[in-house]
Amino acid sequence: MNPTSLGEPVPASPTSTRTMVLWCPDWPITAALREYLLPAEHPVALIEKGEVFACSPAAREQGVKRGLRLREAQARCTTLTVLPYDPALDARSFEPVIAAVEEIMPGVQVLRPGLCALHAKGPARYYGSEEHASAVLLKALASIGLTATRVGVADSPFAAEHAARATEFLDDPGTDPAWIIPPGESASFLSSFPLEVLEEPALAVVLRRLGIRTLGDFAALTRADVRNRFGAEGALAHLKASGLDHHSVVERKPPAELDVVVHCEPPLARIDELTFTLRLSAEEFVNRLREAGLVCTVLVVRLHSESGEESARLWRHPRWFDADDVLDRVRWQLQGSGNVEHGLSSGISRVELSPETVEDLSDHADGLWGTGPDENIHHGLARVQSMLGHGAVLTAMVAGGRMLTDRQVFIPWGDPPSEAAAKSRDLPWPGQLPGPAPATVFDEPRPVEVLDGTGSAVDVDERGLLTAAPAVLVAMPPRQSVISSWAGPWPIVERWWDSNGRALNRFQVVDESGTAWLLLLEDHRWWAEASYD
Amino acid sequence: MVQAAPTGQSPQGARRVLSAVDHSADKARLKAELQSKINGMQSSRPSSRRLPTVPVLAGVLPGGGLQAGSAYSVTNSTTLAMALLAGPSGAGAWCSVIGMPTFSVEAAAGFGIALDRLVLVPHPGDQWLTVTAAMVDVVSIVLTCAPKHVAPSDASRLMARLRQRGAALVTMGPWPHSDATLSVTGSDWQGLGAGTGHLRSRRMRITARAATGRARTADLWLPGLQRGPWSTSTAAPAQAEPGQQEFSYRSARAS
Repeated sequence: MNPTSLGEPVPASPTSTRTMVLWCPDWPITAALREYLLPAEHPVALIEKGEVFACSPAAREQGVKRGLRLREAQARCTTLTVLPYDPALDARSFEPVIAAVEEIMPGVQVLRPGLCALHAKGPARYYGSEEHASAVLLKALASIGLTATRVGVADSPFAAEHAARATEFLDDPGTDPAWIIPPGESASFLSSFPLEVLEEPALAVVLRRLGIRTLGDFAALTRADVRNRFGAEGALAHLKASGLDHHSVVERKPPAELDVVVHCEPPLARIDELTFTLRLSAEEFVNRLREAGLVCTVLVVRLHSESGEESARLWRHPRWFDADDVLDRVRWQLQGSGNVEHGLSSGISRVELSPETVEDLSDHADGLWGTGPDENIHHGLARVQSMLGHGAVLTAMVAGGRMLTDRQVFIPWGDPPSEAAAKSRDLPWPGQLPGPAPATVFDEPRPVEVLDGTGSAVDVDERGLLTAAPAVLVAMPPRQSVISSWAGPWPIVERWWDSNGRALNRFQVVDESGTAWLLLLEDHRWWAEASYD
Repeated sequence: MVQAAPTGQSPQGARRVLSAVDHSADKARLKAELQSKINGMQSSRPSSRRLPTVPVLAGVLPGGGLQAGSAYSVTNSTTLAMALLAGPSGAGAWCSVIGMPTFSVEAAAGFGIALDRLVLVPHPGDQWLTVTAAMVDVVSIVLTCAPKHVAPSDASRLMARLRQRGAALVTMGPWPHSDATLSVTGSDWQGLGAGTGHLRSRRMRITARAATGRARTADLWLPGLQRGPWSTSTAAPAQAEPGQQEFSYRSARAS
């Protein structure tokens, strides 16, 4: 029985730790309901890869279940609200739950969103008994609006989790949904469970062929035999089935608080006063990040005014924020006009600085001879952005496309370059313009007229042939210029199967002054797309 | 890097010498010598730092190239304005284009303007002066479409800032303090027939009129199929107009 006598590494010595597990059933659904502010009795399904990932009890009553295809789920429950499944949302919305638990019982381990474990010993001693501690925990969660949570207490995290799941079979519905397994009885509690709860499908198949159908049968085998036959994984599963566990609760370290909130009492109406007050906080904000080995590249500044207005804005930095940059952003958010919305009519009572994106400091360390573009450039351009708005200062990329306006992509200063544009540039674009690119591309095509020698309009018939040779171009209405050379029509048909598609003809035309034009003929009307001026 | 570009301001004697020399290597050496002499005589301005300039334009601009702290106006051609920007941008300078929503970045990239160092403010609205002044602070060359009415005091303040920061200003349309006004006085397209072919190359006759009233012209060739760099003028030097320059773009492209 002694595993150390086998002379090979063992998983770990079997330990028995009294563990309390908190389970929030259907957490993805709970998270989605809270996020989208839906009533609890509303039928909701979360969809992943076209199939139902999770559904609310109301939807389940109407026959929706996990693994159903979206269309079939909608057919079974016509009032179903369909939302995409977002694992990040699960984790994010579980965070306040953990915070609430940590307030009363420290040392929480998140097993996955919706399920967390903690040592039962401390709370049991503090609150008098394990029953009382569970009741306190359930009450604390009910106070933040979670009423369907369950608690299990047992000798190992595995047994405690299944004790928590088993609370729905409790006899008396009036009592707290908490199942407490007395010390030493976890193995007998688990003995009736099927092998599937171990979540080792390959092992379960082999064991079933050996005539072993429950965890109790499995736990009855000697540990050394299981280990010899099934290796380390089998030994771990055997430990779990015996109500012991190879790992104990690993306490989570609460993450550092990086947000900074500044209360201004009395509210400040002048920008210089506000920035003066904020200076220390901004430095603290940056220092805290730096101590954690991080730098902030995207910052959210929220300003609350005395009369309850709020101005929130996301600020990106092409490098990273230092204290002066943070202060500048606050100032610009207040000063800026035009597209920058602030519109606060009373004094500022609260300022919140939260890092939206943080990156590792070492990724942003300066090289020995300096890296990246000049600091001045960022400073100057951010100032212009603050005057005109984030989208007014642009950098450009050349993308793929047939029309010239599709071929240029503008990106606001500070935003990452578009990968889609870079990818589309390398694709073949049949019908794109040959030869040198025109220097002036009109953002909206300008109406022009093209006439033949007799003064009537030139057109293209349905076979794609010109009705007459173009002779006169009227680019600026009163003035006519003679066309000295021309080429076309070059047909461009984009997405002919789609009602938004276009079919047009392109021409290159040089007038007598030597200016070349790129003309479009669409729906019998002539437009100037670009000019080679 | 292209500062030693030949200029069209060679005196009569020098031109005679030029035509007499047959070997191109000798000619280039002679040109460089004459150029350095001319530059020595011309550097009368206190802060005449030259920005890298496309050679053919360096030949027609007063002072042998774009001068830091000066303004230039271009009357009728965005292509010409792009050619002015191409020199500094190719040498690693930051460029800015203000108030020109029709500026084609694809053509700019074709001329060798680095798009990752190009900043566009297509719609500055009524804050044109503030935006331009802020840009002059940080970039080396600013191309802008100036509003019709700029107060003379505003224009002089902007010029003062240009001189202080060592930036150059290129305006589309007239500008009161411009050192030179560049325009396209002739344009020939090749490759297009009556219903056949497509535009391949272009010869532009450029006239630069300095503030002193002196005008110089040069021919600029736009190559055809390979979008991008300019090629050497195909016209033989003997048949060229006085003042016409050969135009080798390759040396101006740093990247």
